[in-house]
Amino acid sequence: MTSATTAHSVVEPSATTRRVAGSLVVLYAIITMIPLVWIMLTAFKSPDDAISYPPKVMFKPSLEGFCNLFTTRSRQTPEFIRSLGPPQGLCDSIARDRNMVVAGPSNYVPRFVNSLIIAFGSTLLAVALGTLSAYGFSRFRVPLKDDLLFFILSTRMMPPIAVAIPIYLMYRTIGLSDTRLGMILLYTSVNVSLAVWLLKGFIDEIPREYEEAAMIDGYTRFQAFVKVVLPQATTGIAATAIFCLIFAWNEYAFAVLLTSGNAQTAPPFIPIIIGEGGQDWPAVAAGTTLFLVPIVVFTVLLRKYLLRGITFGAVRK
Amino acid sequence: MNELSASSRITYRAVMVRPGVARRIRGLSDRTLAWLFITPTIVLLLAINIFPLLWTIYLSFTNYRANRANAPTIWLGADWYQSILTDPDIWAAMQVTAHFVIWTVVIETVLGFGLAYLIDKKFRGHGMWTTIILLPMMLSPAVVGNFWTFLYQPQIGLFNYVVAFFTGRAASSFQMLGDVTLSPWAIVIVDAWMWTPYVMLICLAGLRSIPDYIYEAAEVDRASKWRQFWSITLPMALPFIMLAVLFRGIENFKMFDMVNLLTGGGPGSTTEVASITLKRAAFESWRTGYSSAFAIILFVTVFGLANIYVKALNKVKSR
Repeated sequence: MTSATTAHSVVEPSATTRRVAGSLVVLYAIITMIPLVWIMLTAFKSPDDAISYPPKVMFKPSLEGFCNLFTTRSRQTPEFIRSLGPPQGLCDSIARDRNMVVAGPSNYVPRFVNSLIIAFGSTLLAVALGTLSAYGFSRFRVPLKDDLLFFILSTRMMPPIAVAIPIYLMYRTIGLSDTRLGMILLYTSVNVSLAVWLLKGFIDEIPREYEEAAMIDGYTRFQAFVKVVLPQATTGIAATAIFCLIFAWNEYAFAVLLTSGNAQTAPPFIPIIIGEGGQDWPAVAAGTTLFLVPIVVFTVLLRKYLLRGITFGAVRK
Repeated sequence: MNELSASSRITYRAVMVRPGVARRIRGLSDRTLAWLFITPTIVLLLAINIFPLLWTIYLSFTNYRANRANAPTIWLGADWYQSILTDPDIWAAMQVTAHFVIWTVVIETVLGFGLAYLIDKKFRGHGMWTTIILLPMMLSPAVVGNFWTFLYQPQIGLFNYVVAFFTGRAASSFQMLGDVTLSPWAIVIVDAWMWTPYVMLICLAGLRSIPDYIYEAAEVDRASKWRQFWSITLPMALPFIMLAVLFRGIENFKMFDMVNLLTGGGPGSTTEVASITLKRAAFESWRTGYSSAFAIILFVTVFGLANIYVKALNKVKSR
């Protein structure tokens, strides 16, 4: 027993080292979480609590931020409000406390839906194209393979604003400006490079012998791809899809420059949520919270593959 | 064993495939199939990336303005390139960009490597805490950057309150976003907060790639911990650190979304990084020809860096 511990102590850090290292990392983690926790707290504050000094950690939770996020309101005279019937729903009664009535739904839901459609559409396309190309690059002799792979990667390195100038002109000419289809195609082209590089790594790891055995048994190359390789690559495809989804979900530069009313996604919309007299911070925080929660869930699901994803499949651990 | 059972399952299914379809696809050679698989991706990239790039190159030699599409287009030659490279405003923007890139990369590398070094000590629960630390980098820089303007509010912002609490200054005595000396640091702080985990994750992979036996050998040779760090840990993790540095360098050279929402380039032009200058020229003054030339200059720079990046990737891969 004792010999085992001494043999370990050569490379294994001591208990004290571990404790010190652990507490420093935990300290950093807590500091880094404060802004995120603050967003969530602000989402449940009333506007007065949100801008109080000193900043409030304890407060009476309110759903006013969420109400303001989902509705537009108009200011009315107290006489007019009294003449109305009983308030319809929670948001209406919150609004009436501030001498306002709910005028209608806000644009948050349509923007959120645009984000969903564009993110899922472009992910589906990018992963489909990427899987085919990755298989091609992984299994076949392709002339100029390294140059083509570098070309594919380099398209992702372009500064988005530099790409947006000609895309803006091109979309204006062919009628794709401010359309979901235009944004889906654009995000697909950005994501496909990541998909090819990541999926090539995943497919490289599947032994060729599986397909060869299938082909000896009478499968064509294409059938072997569909029935042998694809099922084996499911995890890799899923991880790649989530990375593409996160990129498209988070993207801002193209969205703010190329969309306005019709196809605008949530990231350019959230910063312009304003209330009376400046930004309505609880509403912004509520919109931000709803927007971030899916990504937090995905990050936890993806944690094993994060490293691969952020290095285009180069570092696999 | 597994392979055997897999192939027998395959034989069974192969019988089910309709012979007509099989023959038609069997007719495709591997070579044809390779092109069928790769071409759609290349076509998409040609249409959405390369064609617009060529168009940008053409526009950069003309006086075209997107808001006056019907005006006659005049060929200007390399005039724009000359005026950009001698424009003091552009060089000011490049200086702002350099300040941003250098400081974020330095801070993120030091903090990221330090964190990775600590996490590599494998304390209890390190997996969970690592995931928590990684969260900021997965979030939308625009949406989170926007919320930081709230944290930076002089009177009511949490950031100012915390700084005031620890330094004893009044929380309203400084404006992170409104002050010409502080605003360049405001964007550095947010970027470091978001992207330190990125560097940490790559450094962690580097540290974990060092085999234990090297440390054991060093221990046998009675090398001090300090010596082990400088002679083993750092050199062996260096390719990974370089990869992270290069990637952060490229990304921050292109930085747009977070800065655009935090400061919009202001106050004045103290945080006007290259992408914001480009956006202002292209989408506010509508100087399309001029901004195309600037875009090409930025693109060539990034392309050069990307070239180095891919070489570094291959070096890390061969480990």
